[in-house]
Amino acid sequence: MAKEYETVIGLEVHVELATKTKIFCGCSTAFGGAPNTHTCPVCTGMPGSLPVLNKKVLEYAVAVGLATNCDITRYSKFDRKNYFYPDNPQNYQISQLYLPICRNGHVDIDTAGGKKQIRIHEIHMEEDAGKLIHDEWNDTSLVDYNRSGVPLIEIVSEPDMRSADEVIAYLEKLRMTIQYLGASDCKLNEGSMRADVNLSVREVGSQKLGTRTEMKNINSFKAIQHAIEGERQRQIEELEEGREVIQETRRWDDNKESSRPMRSKEDAQDYRYFPDPDLTPIVISDEFLAKIKSQEPEMQDAKIARYQKEFDLPEYDAQIITSVKKMADFFEDTVALGANPKKVSNWLMGETMRLQKEKGMDQDQIPFSPENLASLIALTEDGSINSSVAKEVFEQVFADDVDPKQYVEEHGLKSMNDEGALRGIVEEKIAANPKAVEDYRGGKKKAIGAIVGQVMKETKGKADPGTVNKLIKEILG
Amino acid sequence: MANVISDETMEYVGILAKLELTGEEKENARKDLEKMLDYVDKLNELDVSGVEPMSHIFPVNNVFREDEVTNGDGSKDTMANAPAQKDNQFIVPKTIG
Ligand SMILES: [Zn+2]
Repeated sequence: MAKEYETVIGLEVHVELATKTKIFCGCSTAFGGAPNTHTCPVCTGMPGSLPVLNKKVLEYAVAVGLATNCDITRYSKFDRKNYFYPDNPQNYQISQLYLPICRNGHVDIDTAGGKKQIRIHEIHMEEDAGKLIHDEWNDTSLVDYNRSGVPLIEIVSEPDMRSADEVIAYLEKLRMTIQYLGASDCKLNEGSMRADVNLSVREVGSQKLGTRTEMKNINSFKAIQHAIEGERQRQIEELEEGREVIQETRRWDDNKESSRPMRSKEDAQDYRYFPDPDLTPIVISDEFLAKIKSQEPEMQDAKIARYQKEFDLPEYDAQIITSVKKMADFFEDTVALGANPKKVSNWLMGETMRLQKEKGMDQDQIPFSPENLASLIALTEDGSINSSVAKEVFEQVFADDVDPKQYVEEHGLKSMNDEGALRGIVEEKIAANPKAVEDYRGGKKKAIGAIVGQVMKETKGKADPGTVNKLIKEILG
Repeated sequence: MANVISDETMEYVGILAKLELTGEEKENARKDLEKMLDYVDKLNELDVSGVEPMSHIFPVNNVFREDEVTNGDGSKDTMANAPAQKDNQFIVPKTIG
């Protein structure tokens, strides 16, 4: 009988913090600057420069730690991790080995088998490295230090995950939590969230961990899924064929959908850590902790419950709307303007998400104001425009954030509810459609649809279909 | 208690430090390192139980800066240190990955 294997996975997740400046200097973290414009002696490792910790980095790290049920280390410090690589101008990375800021946390994830707790070993603060680009023409590499010194937290889990699904649920949970805290936008595809996967396999029932490999460079949920499945198979094949799994770091290649070992030279895991003498220790006071705790925003689970209770929103709607913090904020802003919550939810879950998808935008990109959505909803509710005109106007709101009221007036899109004005057109269409009239009188009630359609066409969609229906029935008796 | 550093260790330390030493330099470095280890052994004779490891020489904690951009375009000064450059970037030997 074939042996059955279990996959054991732990993650190291790097999250780029949403600060305005780097972790140890006043250089901007803004994306897209020309190469090396956001650099100074500190973040390019010049001798004699003095790093000073960005307070916001500490606040974000502690906030994430609290939200993931960690113990906050009251006496924490930075260490130097020594290695030579051109993206690392100091020849060491400032990180935390001995006294990381957070330890012993956990988050709960939903799995097929119910709730499961994933333990967090630690969270530490560190700096990002520069960016290396290969210069094909000269067969050299080019270095841009704009990213050097951008603040990161690294969240290290215990090896508690058993499948790609659990890994993805865990990452989603972290992403949601951190987005809600405003500590990062956590975009895998843009590199503001990066996951290294530590994976081993063992026979089901065995308590001993197998030899693990670490896979780097995985930047989408799909790639994580494929990388985990691929590596599991590879390790099982090694074992089945009587070979050993070698502990190594492997680089995932998204295009080839396979991983290969990174050169051993790159992988010399002797970092000779020692405390950084330039940075002072961090002492966390009760007041500091209380302040960070008091700033914690309402998280997703609480919002879902409140939306159902306060706004009478279906659970499904509440879940979708709150799955992106910016969408939830937008929803609340629009409702605060007096708009009907269910209508706001419908516009966000329907047309907004449809157009975002169509235009390849992220769900946190909402290109119009709560005021204009509220105004559009008001126009539909007081009968000024009908639903098909509303969709048309919404496309303009989405595209150019137009003022719906003004747009409707300028383009003459107001519903024709005036029975007097509509009556003439209805009579004319009834006269032009004797066959439909005959069918209607013969019992085919649906036959008047043809007349309604022609009236709508004549009025360029502005007639209120309800009023038209009513008039036709009235005239035909 | 004289420490003796093996050839393999000298080789390994050289790789980590990215240093290529001549035979004579290597012997001098070996002697220096052995003396340092002897000194550490001497320190290890002290009873330091109950003493917290020191991580900073001054009794100062919590030196922070506010999250405000104070530096402008530093590329001119930064690139002045580049032995070779292209498009405002440092040219370095090809790296893999
Ligand atoms: Zn800087």
